[in-house]
Amino acid sequence: MGLVESGKLPKPLTNLLNISRKYSLWMYQWGLACCAIEMAAVMAGPRFDVMRLGVIPLPASPRQADLLCVSGTVTDKMVPSVRRLWEQMPDPKYVISMGSCANCGGPYWDSYSVTKGVDQVIPVDVYVPGCPPRPEALLEGIVLLQEKIANEDMAEKWRGDPIVVS
Amino acid sequence: MTAVTEPTEQDQLAYVAAKAADSRVNVELETDDGMTLNIGPQHPATHGTLRIVAKLDGEQVLWAEPIMGYMHRGYEKLVEVRTYPQVTTLINRIDWLGSFANEVPFILACEELMEIEAPPRAQYIRTVLHEMGRISHLIMGVGDMGVQIGALTPMFYAFRDREYLLNQIEAATGGRFHPNFDRIGGVKDDLPAGWIAETTRIMKTMTAFCDQMDDLLMGNEIFEQRTRGIGVIPPELAQLYGLSGANLRASGIDWDLRRDSDSPMAWKHADFKVITHTDGDSFARTWCRLQEIRESAKIVTQLLDDLPSGPIMAKVPRIIKVPAGEAYVATENPLGEMGYYVVSKGDLGPFRVKIRTASFSNVSIVPWILRGVYVPDIITILGSLYFILGDIDR
Repeated sequence: MGLVESGKLPKPLTNLLNISRKYSLWMYQWGLACCAIEMAAVMAGPRFDVMRLGVIPLPASPRQADLLCVSGTVTDKMVPSVRRLWEQMPDPKYVISMGSCANCGGPYWDSYSVTKGVDQVIPVDVYVPGCPPRPEALLEGIVLLQEKIANEDMAEKWRGDPIVVS
Repeated sequence: MTAVTEPTEQDQLAYVAAKAADSRVNVELETDDGMTLNIGPQHPATHGTLRIVAKLDGEQVLWAEPIMGYMHRGYEKLVEVRTYPQVTTLINRIDWLGSFANEVPFILACEELMEIEAPPRAQYIRTVLHEMGRISHLIMGVGDMGVQIGALTPMFYAFRDREYLLNQIEAATGGRFHPNFDRIGGVKDDLPAGWIAETTRIMKTMTAFCDQMDDLLMGNEIFEQRTRGIGVIPPELAQLYGLSGANLRASGIDWDLRRDSDSPMAWKHADFKVITHTDGDSFARTWCRLQEIRESAKIVTQLLDDLPSGPIMAKVPRIIKVPAGEAYVATENPLGEMGYYVVSKGDLGPFRVKIRTASFSNVSIVPWILRGVYVPDIITILGSLYFILGDIDR
């Protein structure tokens, strides 16, 4: 409606939008390594069940996703694909970096083929530490992200540089 | 239906050189002679980051090429700059579903070089944890095979029952699936109180899971039609490609390192059957995995019943220096034969370690087995071959 882009969004409407976005996150899974198993336990396991937090796992395409969960070791060969799928996601989008490998390289800090931190190529909102993090840790990361979304000013986020999707 | 024309060796090489061998994400669709289908590197059916470039003629695959290296983390180079106790932390993560099984061959190779042997109780605990890792690995494989044909239910049951098992592994070792529990000369800790009774109870749950899957998945008509007679591997070819594990046994070759090698582990004290199948198709491979869960549960129960008492660590110097020499030890891991060739020069860390993993050999048959199949069968065949990307790329 142009309100968000012009920064004239009334406060109650912002809150309403934030609440709706907070509880309808479509989580695109980027299962790369060991952490993918814990992420799968969160997404498909009956014990942890991420859907009760309002997160819907496994959208068919990154174009339908709001949240990217990079779980596992990102290698130098993989980085172009990570960047490309992140670019295909529509705004507003959020990234959770799960596990030590995606955060900083983890146990492969001196490896020749591992990217030391996915934040070198895409902006990360929440870091979940651990090798691999327990499923509960990922759930807490999602809750923290939801808190962040609830207190977000949409207009502030929108007024940055235009985003070019290749 | 048009007959599949075999491309010549030269055509394949030219194609690989032009398109597949590079690490570009893009593969252009072609219109002159068929179409190129790029599966992965991010695709749920590839268990992570395997990428397959398939050349199609209509719905049939003319030939397909797996492209690896998206998960290459450089283990063999990294262990050269670690000390021996540090190496187990790293190699846990090669095959991340059955982590404890990764530590065992390396530790056994080091023990062989140092000429020490772990006490019997430690060997029993090792074997029990090895088999529990195998169960948690194969449960995922069976559940995952259901997902590949579009049945989501087995996955939920698999995750439900796997959690019980991970609880037990965590109670004993402190890690859900990266235990890092094996030490040169024994294991880190003794089993906690009440663990044996609880684990025996959970093994009954695992057997119940197998019964359930026998009904739910193996007896399912859709599953049989999607897997029977699809992706048949003849026994001679399986041997030529160096397959191991359930993929080899499903082709009718009765070979299991747990029974056939003189490993110091406690398998020789257990009474179990090596599961084989004669068909060699996708169904046989999945069936073998499911029955292996049963056998593993049997092994765990038996070994826990007659667990010997005694120490859990042999006499090992505080600073571990492995004498110069070379040793190769292989054990039967959930996916097949996994071996470590350890070369020591008498230092604190290994001079060179060559890691032989099962998935790398298992996936090498993909170009042969995918030739001439239909596109939906690519997914079921890959699911039944059951590889782990960390195990392929290391």
